[in-house]
Amino acid sequence: MSGQEREWPLWEVFVRGKRGLNHVHVGSLHAADDEMALRHARDVYTRRGEGVSIWVVPSAAVTASSPDEKDPLFAPAGDKVYRHPTFYDVPEGVPHL
Amino acid sequence: MSEIPVESPWAFGAAPDPEDVLAGVDTRVPEGVGPVALAELCLALGDDALVLAHRLSEWCSNAPDLEDDIALANVALDLLGQARLLLARAAAADPGLVDRLVPDLPEGSPAPPEDALAFFRDPDAWRCTRFVEVDNGDFAQTTARLAVFATVRLAAFARLVEHPDPVLSAVAAKAVKELAYHRDHAGRWFLVLAQGTAESRRRLLEGLAALWPLHEELARAYDVDGARAEAEVVLDQLLAVSGVERPEVAAYDGPRHTDGLTRLLAEMQSVARAHPLGVW
Repeated sequence: MSGQEREWPLWEVFVRGKRGLNHVHVGSLHAADDEMALRHARDVYTRRGEGVSIWVVPSAAVTASSPDEKDPLFAPAGDKVYRHPTFYDVPEGVPHL
Repeated sequence: MSEIPVESPWAFGAAPDPEDVLAGVDTRVPEGVGPVALAELCLALGDDALVLAHRLSEWCSNAPDLEDDIALANVALDLLGQARLLLARAAAADPGLVDRLVPDLPEGSPAPPEDALAFFRDPDAWRCTRFVEVDNGDFAQTTARLAVFATVRLAAFARLVEHPDPVLSAVAAKAVKELAYHRDHAGRWFLVLAQGTAESRRRLLEGLAALWPLHEELARAYDVDGARAEAEVVLDQLLAVSGVERPEVAAYDGPRHTDGLTRLLAEMQSVARAHPLGVW
């Protein structure tokens, strides 16, 4: 590739599997537009029959937390054990809990 | 080679028997269907798929982007799967076919019929159209070829689903979904290249013009039950939305096969021919 060529924008890919309840982030890829991103996602990430539904999202649209903020954001939750619902008895046979 | 156990089916997906692609299928030819004509039809359809699959596989590691590399390889694998089923169907329908077309199959060859037809048959016994034989050209020409090919083949296979032979009908039903994706994928790229930059448009138009002399043969070969009329309508829609005129060039009038096929087969068959008793 010559230096003057611009790369295609990056897209984040989410796939819902046959038995999955939600779309799961599986990776990213380059594509010229949203329709091509969907098709590339189909070709790159569902080759082995993994998926029944695909979302693609422009990576630029994702706002991510910074690793520098890790402590202020997440450390305060570390010592609040009472927020975990570990004091309930879970009835048997309740799925997806 | 032969010491490697072949029971591992990983390369063949979930096929019940990796050695026999038609295992468990009733391959008797139904009454009213001519076995030789059926075999010739399946052979022609299979040869086109196999040759274009090989051409597309030449893009492996060479496509403009990793994403397109994988996309073209996927299409190639779909076509390879169609080819295997169709060549196996041809050989099962007409038991004399392999002996006639592959007279110099090595003594004791363990190759199943579809492999004998693919890897030990000389170029003049192939039934493919010249449209799939010629070199890829650049990415734009490859896109133009795939868009036209998938359009023409999809129209024909949509009709072959109703074919009285249940095996061919089942192969067509599977292939229709694959070809619909190929047409969609290549059609989108066709539009993008036609409406992209001056350079992408120039390359697409040149690629299409280079292929067009071979279009007439392709269109005739796939004119099953009026499929051609539908294929031409779809093609005109693609050209119209892309702002591309049908090239004004005369149909190619030359030898039945191109030198491209000879070179392609020399490469594709070289390993099998070098190890005639190999088991894969």
